[in-house]
Amino acid sequence: MARKLPQLTPENSAFWQGGAKGELLIERCDDCQRWQHPPGPICRACGSRSVQSRPVSGRGRVYSFTINHQPWTPALAVPNAIAIVELEEQPGLRFVSNVVDCPVESIAIGMAVRVQFLQQDDVWLPLFVPAQ
Amino acid sequence: MFENVFEKNVAITGIGQSEIARPSQKTAMQLTADACLQAIADAGLKRSDIDGVACWPGDNNHGDPFSPIGTTALKSALGLNVNWHGGGYEGPGPLAGVINGAMAIAAGLAKNVLVYRTITEASGRLRNRDATALTNKTTGRDSSYAWSWYTPFNVMSAINLIAMYAQRHFHEYGTTPEQFAQIALTCRHHATLNPKALFRTPMSMDDYMAARMISTPLRLFDCDVHCDASTAIILSRADIARDLPNPPIRIEAIGAALNQPWSWDQVSLTEMVTREVSDMMWNRTDFKPSDVDTAQLYDGFSILTLIWLEGLGFCKRGEGGAFIEGGARIRLGGELPLNTSGGQLSAGRTHGMGYVHEACTQLWGRAAGRQIDDCKVAVTAAGGGPLGGSVLLVRE
Repeated sequence: MARKLPQLTPENSAFWQGGAKGELLIERCDDCQRWQHPPGPICRACGSRSVQSRPVSGRGRVYSFTINHQPWTPALAVPNAIAIVELEEQPGLRFVSNVVDCPVESIAIGMAVRVQFLQQDDVWLPLFVPAQ
Repeated sequence: MFENVFEKNVAITGIGQSEIARPSQKTAMQLTADACLQAIADAGLKRSDIDGVACWPGDNNHGDPFSPIGTTALKSALGLNVNWHGGGYEGPGPLAGVINGAMAIAAGLAKNVLVYRTITEASGRLRNRDATALTNKTTGRDSSYAWSWYTPFNVMSAINLIAMYAQRHFHEYGTTPEQFAQIALTCRHHATLNPKALFRTPMSMDDYMAARMISTPLRLFDCDVHCDASTAIILSRADIARDLPNPPIRIEAIGAALNQPWSWDQVSLTEMVTREVSDMMWNRTDFKPSDVDTAQLYDGFSILTLIWLEGLGFCKRGEGGAFIEGGARIRLGGELPLNTSGGQLSAGRTHGMGYVHEACTQLWGRAAGRQIDDCKVAVTAAGGGPLGGSVLLVRE
């Protein structure tokens, strides 16, 4: 189904369009080396303005998940899996996504996943599939 | 430590509440007038005594059923002439109106502040089934600071986020579905004793387990029930409160927090900001969790209540499942009666202010068939994810 898409801005377009080149781009501080998401104008930890979106491995683990059974809109195919994926680059570096290409019953906390992009219009959604 | 614990100079002096209906035949403004006029009369005041108006979140996108009535419209409709008024979505959650109203009194801007919360999500969803969906908060592309990171992944309701908190709590602490069910079962039991509650049919463990799964591990009865209702309270300066008919209910302490960063997926999923809220509140008072006679804790989804119980210090972190096991401890007659009106899960999603109304109802001994003996200290807390607030109430 057609998903609700984000309004692209200079700050978020790296995240949403990195998939065009097969890259998951996350903002990193050049000074203290911390990754941060969502991206912003400065490093939230050290205050540096030297922040840039850089490619990550695209590997991570399912930090938590839910199997949604409620058809919130007529077009939504259920059950569908929503997950919070923690990237391997840094503890706490995590965001909401979907785990796809596997039976929803097989999803578990701690499961290793890797990114796989789904293009819709000018957005490349970073979804995740089982890593093996 | 805090130098000015201003809230102790503020007391609740009256309460009011409209019908709780699904849906109501009344307009949002009629419901609000019912609640507010009742609260003003209950406090022994006249409309002309009200010199401040506060609410959360106020005029929210021009009639949105989540909050259809703002302070400016209400002030006009009730013919109030006030020195100060304020609403707005940004703040420590559904109790922000109470906290802001108390601040206005402490700052000398007002003597008697009307605080209210109106919600018409039952009739809103009848008009448009998607009225409360997160994907409906923006038209076209999602430009919101927080939700735009979730809605592209088909997060259409907050339950999809909050369900992942429950899943993580189950994973980290071994909380079982049977333990967890006691939040919903306790609320339903209390609702059977509240004539105004929407869901009053007794519910068994089997009934709970048989209800359909909405977003694992949260089932239908882990979700609060949309309603049309308005709730109001009057806050008064302490010296004025002492001359009014009801025994003053002192704002003994408040707590408030917003996670850094503002995020529903990077906040601690099993603690949210309840620890920060709790630390602030208990540092502003000599009372302790063991002094509390009743807890009225946010149950937009039942896992949030469990997290608040732990965060406010009623049990250790991760031990909420064992704390509520069997339900006796949190039922009327137990050591910490919880959500004695039936909560939002069974009485109706009055959204935050309903907890304050029920706390005052208990503290003033007006709860009839669900009254707690000698109830003097109540804690209310509301919020979820990265934001939360709490108010400790003591009857003088």
